[in-house]
Formats: sequence, C-alpha cells, structure tokens
Amino acid sequence: MKKVFSRPKSLKNAAFHYCPGCGHSIIHRLVAEVIDEMGLQENIIGVPPAGCAVLAYDYFDIDMGEAAHGRAAAVATGLKRVLPDRVIFTYQGDGDIAAIGTAETIHAASRGENVTTIFVNNGVYGMTGGQMAPTTILGQSTTTSPGGRKETRDGYPVKLSEMLAISDGTVYIERTAVSSPAHILKTKKAITKAFRYQVENKGFSLVEILSGCPTNWKMDPVESCKWINEVMTQHFPLGVIKDSGDKKDAR
Amino acid sequence: MAKVLMRGNHTVAEAAVRAGCRFYFGYPITPQNETPEYMADRLSKLEGASFTQAESEIAAINMVIGASMAGGRVMTTSSSPGISLKQEGISFLAALELPALIVNMSRGGPGLGNIAPAQSDYFQATRGGGHGDYRTIVLAPSSGQELADLTFDAFDLADKYRTPVLILGDGMLGQMMEPVEFRPDVQLKKLPPKDWTLTGAKGRPSRIIKSLILDPVQEEEHNWKLMRKYEKITKEETRWETFETDDARMIVVAFGTGARIAKGAIKRVREQGLKVGLVRPITLWPYPSRVIRDFSKKVKQFFVFEMNMGQMVEDVKLALEGNAEVHFYGRPGGIILTPLELARVISSRYYQKKLG
Repeated sequence: MKKVFSRPKSLKNAAFHYCPGCGHSIIHRLVAEVIDEMGLQENIIGVPPAGCAVLAYDYFDIDMGEAAHGRAAAVATGLKRVLPDRVIFTYQGDGDIAAIGTAETIHAASRGENVTTIFVNNGVYGMTGGQMAPTTILGQSTTTSPGGRKETRDGYPVKLSEMLAISDGTVYIERTAVSSPAHILKTKKAITKAFRYQVENKGFSLVEILSGCPTNWKMDPVESCKWINEVMTQHFPLGVIKDSGDKKDAR
Repeated sequence: MAKVLMRGNHTVAEAAVRAGCRFYFGYPITPQNETPEYMADRLSKLEGASFTQAESEIAAINMVIGASMAGGRVMTTSSSPGISLKQEGISFLAALELPALIVNMSRGGPGLGNIAPAQSDYFQATRGGGHGDYRTIVLAPSSGQELADLTFDAFDLADKYRTPVLILGDGMLGQMMEPVEFRPDVQLKKLPPKDWTLTGAKGRPSRIIKSLILDPVQEEEHNWKLMRKYEKITKEETRWETFETDDARMIVVAFGTGARIAKGAIKRVREQGLKVGLVRPITLWPYPSRVIRDFSKKVKQFFVFEMNMGQMVEDVKLALEGNAEVHFYGRPGGIILTPLELARVISSRYYQKKLG
C-alpha cells in the first residue's frame, strides 16, 4: 500500500499536549514539514518561548535552546553570531514577542539579524489562563479585560508585524492563519519563504500566524476558526506585509 | 611578552580576547565603556569573531546565553545598574549550566547612584543575584595584573564547571592605568571539546538546553546537582591572599580595591610597630571561610574594611562563628579612603583593644 501521510522526520514520536483546536499543533507540523522539505533538520536550531509552546522541544527533533520570556530574539542573535551558517528560528506567542519581548524583537529585526521568527498570535495569554495579551482586540473579553478590552482602560492592540515592516532590517513579514485548509497551505508557503530568505542570507524574516485558543476564548474549535476568519482578520488583515527578499542582495 | 601600561577596562578586554573570547555583547554604562569600545575594535579585526551592541543589558545577557549555547567563549561587561538588569539572564545561565564571563566594574549606588568606585554589589554578586537557588563564581581582582590573570582563569573556570563566572571590580580598577603582562594566547582548538552545545543535530541525536523542569522531583534533583557542583567548586577553587599575618594580633579582611587600600594602611601601622595582617579573599564566592576560621585560633580581633555599609562583614562573622570579635569600618557611596585615613581607624581599634 502507498503511504500518503506520515509524521515529519523533524517531529518526535510524541503526542502534543496542546488543547483540542489549538493552532500550535498545526503550526508545529508545518514548521517540521518545511524543515524536512528544505533538508534543514541537521542544520537548524530552534528557540522556543515561555508560554504554551515552551514544550516545543519535546516535539521537534532538532536542536533547541529555551529562552526566558520574551528574550528569544536575543538568544537567537547570540546563536547566529556564533554559527552564522546555521538556520536559527524563534517560535513565540503574542505576549512573548509583542509585550515583554518587544524591545528584543524590534532590535533584532532592526539589526537585520539573519534569523526567522514564527509568531503565533492568538490574542490571549494561553498558558497563564487567558489574560489580556498585547494583541487582544478591542471588545474581546479576557480574565484581565472583563467586559471586553476597552481602549480607555486597556489601550489598543499592538500591530507588531506592521511595526517591524517599516524597519530596514526586515526582509519579509507575512500574516497568515491556520483557520482553514487554504490558510494552512498559505502559512506553509510563508514559512518556507521565510526560511529560504534566511538560507539566502537576506535578513530578518517573520511569519505571524493567527491561531485559535478555544480553551481561553471559550469557544469550540469550529467557532474559533470562524472567529479568526470573520473577526480577528478584520483587526489583523492577512497577507504579505513586506517582501523585499528578491530585490535584496545577500549580505 | 613585555609589560604594557593599560587601563583596567582595556586590560579585561585584551585579556579576554587572548583567552579566546570571540563574542562580546554589551550595552554602554559608565565607568566601563572602554571595554565595549575596545572589544568593538579588537573583535572586528578577528575572523569568526563578533561584537554586538545590544539594545539593553537584558538583551545583552540573553545574547550571551545564545552564544554560549552555540559553544562560543563569550562575555558581557557592565556596571551596577546594568548588572541588576542582567540578573534574569544570570539565573538562566546558572540553571542552563552555561559558561560565560560577566564583568561588573561597580559604581556607587543604590539606584543610579554615581560613577565612583564602590563595593556595594557584594551581596548581589555572592548570593546568586537573581531568582532561584544558585551561586556564581565571583573573582575580585585588586590590581590590573590580577584583573588580566583572573580574566584568563574566569573563562576556564566557566567552561570547567559549566557555570557563569563574575569578575567584581569597581570604577577604580576599571579606570586606573597599570602595567600588565599578559599570558600567552589561549589556542581555542586546544580547549577541551564541549559535548553539549547546540550546533544543529548533524550525525547525532538532537539536543535540548532548557531550564523548565515541571516535575518537582526532577527540579529538586537539578537543584541538588547544582549544589554538588557548588560544593566541588568550594572545595577546589577557593582563593585568597594573606599579607603580614604570621605575628598578627589583628587581622584586616578586605577585597578588591578595598584590600589594596588596606595593604597600604597595614604597611603604615606596621611602621608604628602594630602587628596587623591582611586576609584578602580573591574568590568572594566561594568564600575563604576556613582560612578566616583557622586564624581565629590565635587571632581574636578582626577588622573588616569595605567600600560599602557592611556586606562582606557578614561572611566574616559566619566564618568566625563567634570565635573572635569583628570590627567594621565602611565607606559607601563612592568614597575612596586613603591608606593613611584607614591606618588611623585601624590603629584606634588596635589600641582600644589593648593589643599594643
């Protein structure tokens, strides 16, 4: 019989701990598939965040070094400076990258560090139990924005990808989602492109992925996908935000 | 090689490069800016080396973590407020068992304080500094030459024990120019190989470097493992210097710049016939407690001098376990006492205790 589907080599034979409907499982798989397809498994180092995906190292069968909350871009910088010919990526949530780690991220991007960031945006602090995130949209209820996020009390959501796109150090920024098969395929293409630019030594690349958190959104998985497609994308529009990779010479 | 005249902040940088340091991450802060400036120039001329001016001390220490994971000989330098910011990363370095050198050319505090020399970061340096149960090796040079030598040693100690090592100097040591002679260059290829680094899982199983250990039983074991390492370091790496202690009736305990002032003071009081000696801890952690305790068998008066309000004095008291009397004189805030001034204080205590 022909085998048509199997676990990517870059994933260990381990069951994900993620909640049903959580986007991390899909995104892990996509990243692992891209690593396999690009033949990077023996040449890549990942930096998992603090947050739900901290246990990413239990799933990826590649070298991984854990960062403190928010510091992944700095750790990735250190790794890349010592090993410029390895592919280095960070895997970070919205609180990690767009709140506590904003400075590290913006400066790694502005230095044009030749690393790739997988930014999983689910608009909520998942691991700590559903608090307001920097990307929680106006009106969205969380345990620390009861009654919905109000701009007068809680301020506005941070659009980190757009902020990073204006930096000369970034080469590629795209926002995708994992809320439908078509979106999932686009996400995989985006991850492939981001890694390709790094292999070509073009500079900082980032893929922001809108991803469901049914547990903390208090929705079922199908509702969460619908909410991403109909509501979240209104505030975080999908698409390529910046792509100067093919114009840019290797550094 | 011949002696050269160098500022302490340059000495530590040059010694680091000669000791094989190829990766530097830092953020400007006075009184240690000459170190990153020197490293920026020096490392730009070396193949495979990298200097990075980080956006903050927090970023710098986390870059150090990444570089150390990748197997680089790596350092960062700063001064007191910047070292406070690095504490998160130092805790992670200890937990992740990563070698690195952190230099603190400390200044007057608390808060922004000033940029004058002070020794008020002793507690922070010797008690771990960040969160969690850990220690760092703390080396306290008192001259330019010793700064150079201890910088070489620091990298080897960090690698040997897979642990962060601190050099605790101060603005005086960093700014003062002194003749130094460097040891021969360390050949990176001759260093013991590291079998734990992240380099991409080529031809071997993938590796994880992490500090999250959710199972309390395993986390406890990790803590015990660190503890066993710290016990080994205490047994094998404690360093100190003694000066004029053979016939001493009073022993001064001081470190770093404070010890240098104390030495000058002791020379003066010795000219007056006072029998005073010095114990100078070179490692502040591990602390030479046993040496001090042993002296208490014949010396019953100890005099601690620090450029702070009294921090190391606690370690002296712990070492003595009540077996001798401890006097303390400290000057916080960046005051540099002259040996003559300190000699007067030592003499007055000496005569009060009817030792002379």
